[in-house]
Amino acid sequence: MQVTVSVNGEERAREIEPRLLLVHFLRDVLGLTGTHWGCDTSNCGTCVVLMDGRPVKSCTVLAASAAGHEITTVEGLERDGVLDPVQQGFHEEHGLQCGFCTPGMMLTARALLDENPNPSEAEIREAISGQICRCTGYATIVRSIRWAAEHPAAAGAAAETAGEAAP
Amino acid sequence: MQVPPQFEYERATSIEQALELLARLGPEARLLAGGHSLLPMMKLRLAAPEHLIDIDPLADELGYVREQDGELRIGAMTRHRELLDSELLRRRAAIFADAERVIADPVVRNRGTIGGALCQADPAEDLSAVCAAVGARVVIRGRDGERVVVMPEFHRGPYETAVGEAEMVTEVRIPLSPGFGSAYEKVERRVGDWAVAAAGASVRMDDGEIARAGIALAAVGAGVTSAEAEAALAGRRPSEEAFAEAARLAVEHCSPVDDQRGSAEYKRHVAGELTRRALRRATARALREEG
Ligand SMILES: Cc1cc2nc3c(=O)[nH]c(=O)nc-3n(C[C@H](O)[C@H](O)[C@H](O)COP(=O)(O)OP(=O)(O)OC[C@H]3O[C@@H](n4cnc5c(N)ncnc54)[C@H](O)[C@@H]3O)c2cc1C
Ligand code: FES
Ligand code: FES
Repeated sequence: MQVTVSVNGEERAREIEPRLLLVHFLRDVLGLTGTHWGCDTSNCGTCVVLMDGRPVKSCTVLAASAAGHEITTVEGLERDGVLDPVQQGFHEEHGLQCGFCTPGMMLTARALLDENPNPSEAEIREAISGQICRCTGYATIVRSIRWAAEHPAAAGAAAETAGEAAP
Repeated sequence: MQVPPQFEYERATSIEQALELLARLGPEARLLAGGHSLLPMMKLRLAAPEHLIDIDPLADELGYVREQDGELRIGAMTRHRELLDSELLRRRAAIFADAERVIADPVVRNRGTIGGALCQADPAEDLSAVCAAVGARVVIRGRDGERVVVMPEFHRGPYETAVGEAEMVTEVRIPLSPGFGSAYEKVERRVGDWAVAAAGASVRMDDGEIARAGIALAAVGAGVTSAEAEAALAGRRPSEEAFAEAARLAVEHCSPVDDQRGSAEYKRHVAGELTRRALRRATARALREEG
C-alpha cells in the first residue's frame, strides 16, 4: 500500500506492507536509525517518537496509522545545526552512557517541556516512567531535563553570544 | 523480531464507513483503535485478523468527555491520557483519575483508548472495573441503530463482550446523581504493570445512608461485579463493619489464579483490602460532594 507520513516536517511517501510498524518504517525504509528498537513489546520505550507532539511507542503503531500525523524523531530535534536544549542538557549533565535509551528519553523530555516548561523532579520521573535505562540509574537523565528547563533558549542563547563575540 | 501477521488494511473516516466495512468484510475483520492490545496480540499470533479497519481517523469525532442529560459521556476513542487530564472527570467521577494514574505508563496512555480497553475485555483491564463500579452503560452501534447495555451485560467474560460482528462501541455513559463518590485502588508490582489485584467502588449517599453502591474487581477472575456485595451496603450507614462485610462478599465471588503476580490466596487478600479502601475513599468523596 501507499503511505504518506510527515517526518520531521518532510512528507515521505513510500510503498509499504500494511503490517509494517512505524519503528521499522523510520529505521529501515527511511534510514532514520536514530529511533532505536528494543523490546518489541511496548515496555522499554527506546522506540519513542513524537506523534503530533506526544510521545508514542513506535513499535506498537502501524506506519499506516501514522499517515496524516506529524512524526518527530530524534533527528528532528536539532534545528539548522543548533542542538535542542534537551540535547545540550544531556550533554552537560551526562544524561547517557551507552545511549540506547537516549533518543526516546530526549523526545519525551521535549514533549514534557513543551507542555510544562518548569517540571519538578517528580513530574520528570513520571513522564519518563514508561522508558527503561539500564545505565544511568536515571539521576543524570532527570538532571539533564532539569538543565534544559533552566536553559530554555540554551542553544539560541549560545548562538547569540557567538554572534556578539564576532563583530 | 516480532511483526504482526499479514492483513489487508482499511481506514475508516466515519462511523458509518467503519460499520459498513465491518459488515462487508465479515468476521475476519477487526477494528484497530490505539492498537496497544491488538498489535501486541498479533505479534504473538494470539490474533490474526485478515482485515484491520483503522479507526484512528475517528479520534477527533469520538474523543470527548462531556456532561449531558445528567450523565457523563465519553467517546470510545478518548485516550487514557485524556481521561487522566479531564477536569470534568476529576470533579464528577474521580475514580477515572485514580485508575488512569496507574494504567500502563504515560506513553502507552497517549495511544490506548477507552473503547479498545473495554472491548479487549482482558480480565485485568482496569477500565472495565472502573466502568462496572460506576454503573456505566455502553453504547453499541450497528448499521441498524444503537443499543445501550449495562456493564454486567457488556462484559460477558474474559475477552468476550456484547459487541456483535458488525457493531462497534461509540460511547460510554455514566449516570450522575447528587451525593455521588467513587474511587479506585490498585496494587501492581512495578510502575506500568497490570494489577496484582484492583478494586473500584462508588456510592450514592442519601441523608447519611448509602443509597446505592457499586463494587468491581480487576485481575481476580471473570465476574467483575458482585451484586451481593453491592446489596449488602444499600440502606446502611457507612462504617468499617459495613465495608468489611461488603469486601468479604465481593472476594467470595472472585476466582484469582496463581501466577507470576502472586498466589490466588494473596490476590484474594489484596482484593478484599483494596475493596475496603476504595469504599472508604468513595464515601469520603461523596460526603464532600463529588457528584
Ligand atoms: C505495556 C502495556 C501496559 C499496559 N498496562 C495496562 C494496565 O495496567 N491496565 C490496563 O487496563 N490496561 C493496560 N494496557 C492496555 C492498554 O490500556 C490498551 O491501550 C487498551 O487495553 C486497549 O486500547 P486500544 O485503543 O489500544 O485498543 P486496540 O488494541 O486497538 O483494540 C483492542 C480490541 O478492541 C477492539 N476495539 C477497539 N475499539 C473498538 C470499538 N470502538 N468498538 C469495538 N471494538 C473495538 C479491537 O478490535 C480489538 O479487538 C497496557 C498496554 C500495554 C501495551
Ligand atoms: S521497542 Fe518499543 S517499547 Fe521497546
Ligand atoms: S544510557 Fe544506556 S540504556 Fe540509558
